[in-house]
Amino acid sequence: MTLEAKRAAGPGVVEGCVQVTHPIGLHARPSVKLTQLAKSFSAAVRLRVAEEEDWVDAKSIVRVMALKVKVGQSLVFEADGTDAAQAVRDLVALVERNFDERAAE
Amino acid sequence: MSAPPSEQSFAGSVASPGLALGPIRLHVTAAAASAIPQRTPAEERKALEAAITAARARLTELAEVSDPMAAEILTVQIAFLEDSELAAPALAAITGGESAMAAWRAAMNEQIAGYQESDNAYFRARAVDMIDLRDRVADGLASKTTAPPPPTDAILVAEDLPPSRFLETDWSCYRGAVLMQGSAASHVSMLARARGIPMLIGLDADLSALADGAAAVLDAEGGCLIQHPAAATLDRCRQRLARLQADATADAAFLNKPAVTADGTRVQVCLNVDDPAALESIDPAACNGIGLTRSEFLFFGDTGLPDEETQFQTYLRLLAWADGKPVTVRTLDAGGDKPIAGLTPDQETNPFLGQRGLRLSLARPEVFRVQLRALARAAARGPLKVMVPMVTVPAELNRTRALFQEVAKDLLAEGFEARMPSLGMMVEVPAAALAIATFDADFYSIGSNDLVQYVTAASRDNAAVADLYDPLNPAVIELIERVVSHGAATGREVSLCGDMAAEPKFLAPLLNAGLRVLSVASASLAQTKAAVARCTLSESG
Repeated sequence: MTLEAKRAAGPGVVEGCVQVTHPIGLHARPSVKLTQLAKSFSAAVRLRVAEEEDWVDAKSIVRVMALKVKVGQSLVFEADGTDAAQAVRDLVALVERNFDERAAE
Repeated sequence: MSAPPSEQSFAGSVASPGLALGPIRLHVTAAAASAIPQRTPAEERKALEAAITAARARLTELAEVSDPMAAEILTVQIAFLEDSELAAPALAAITGGESAMAAWRAAMNEQIAGYQESDNAYFRARAVDMIDLRDRVADGLASKTTAPPPPTDAILVAEDLPPSRFLETDWSCYRGAVLMQGSAASHVSMLARARGIPMLIGLDADLSALADGAAAVLDAEGGCLIQHPAAATLDRCRQRLARLQADATADAAFLNKPAVTADGTRVQVCLNVDDPAALESIDPAACNGIGLTRSEFLFFGDTGLPDEETQFQTYLRLLAWADGKPVTVRTLDAGGDKPIAGLTPDQETNPFLGQRGLRLSLARPEVFRVQLRALARAAARGPLKVMVPMVTVPAELNRTRALFQEVAKDLLAEGFEARMPSLGMMVEVPAAALAIATFDADFYSIGSNDLVQYVTAASRDNAAVADLYDPLNPAVIELIERVVSHGAATGREVSLCGDMAAEPKFLAPLLNAGLRVLSVASASLAQTKAAVARCTLSESG
């Protein structure tokens, strides 16, 4: 698992990268947790699969599930706004904690 | 024109056995609804938003009254409906002049196709949830929310039935169900069996061949749906129903008594559980505990693999229900006819001889450990027994025991209460039955469904070889006797938990083979106890 939160493009933009370890990937229940957490921040948060280019809104379950993220793939978060750093830190931590599930310990 | 329509029979597979008589009630989704009058884009937009809000409210209501597993599926669906991204493409199309119905269906079909195209079985399976959402909202748009009055004693006929639809159906209005699609291993088939609702799946007919309101006989014994039954067919069906009813009434008298043969031998009758929700209507005093918990039900949900806490709570619920009686849980028996998205191998040419049961669990320790941890924690709280399916060689059992001990030790180190439970094995592979003395299990449970299939090399679901699939084949009985006598010689319990235990005609041979512990589905409990009471053991038994 890698965690690299860094200042990117603009002044308020923060980026972070983390690998998904759940055996069936970013499935429904974790996707709900992820989008709910993203929605708790005022910053705009987007998300993409590391080896792909398309960003999606991390606050949209429709978009996040449609990525069909599989185990072993890495997610890149990017947030822009006053609480951007906190948002990226918490979202990366949620994935690292395996969404508070024990299935992949 | 006035001539009565002639009898038509359509074959199907039995997903849940039984017999029912009643009018057909076609469950038609909005796909077939007639065109609705064109309104202005603003009105269309409002109609779609109202239909989404209504669908969301309905699912929320449903989630509140569902068990936690089902509620989780619904929560995910609700999250989709709450996401404005879901309807965004449809709303854009409406602004461009399309009707709400056409725009919504097109947008959802694109989503559905996205999931169906996935190379991952888990995400492919999500298409069903999206189809359900599409149809719910479309039903609302077609003003179908004002449902027709509930039928009485009808036979529900549908293309397919997602779990959410099954759970919200008032089954007191229906005597049975017929699905054009469906699989015997599906969650819906399991729910139907647990509730004793006769169900046929994979009907060999087009939905358009069936008429709403037509009289019909649902024969989930022989495996057919008869539309417009002739007078003679109806008579036969009514007689058979009367006999079934009389038998059930007679059997019910035995439900709360111990099972004792006519010549005084006590037999223990335990329960098979494949859906804990079905336990609500059963008094634990009527059985000798739970002889088999098919833990697959935990894994069939639409929200991924169950975590440790979910499993632990479920096992505790079983222990609480059993009220001090033993509860036997079988670890995950996936594979074969029970694929689980994202877990079982996708491309096996012969899944029944492939990586199923314990073979899969040992190959996926990261999944197996979660279940063993939950079981070890539950074992500290009551008389829990654990057994493993599809054991072929002693090394598999030994590896399981070592893993279990390791997990229990970890838990104690982490400060959890945990205990290594009694560890038994299913005997269903002929190699294990033959070499039974080499397996150091705490107890043995004969899984007759697979044992018969493997010994006779005849599939259970292939009508062409049905006569070969014979539980009374002497080779099968010999293996059962072998396991029973090894158990008796070494002081280990031997039980039998397949369908064979619940079939009265197989009871005498099993008791004569020395078997004294049976485990059957709740719907068969009274009937099995009644059959035991009619049995007289032979001298040699």
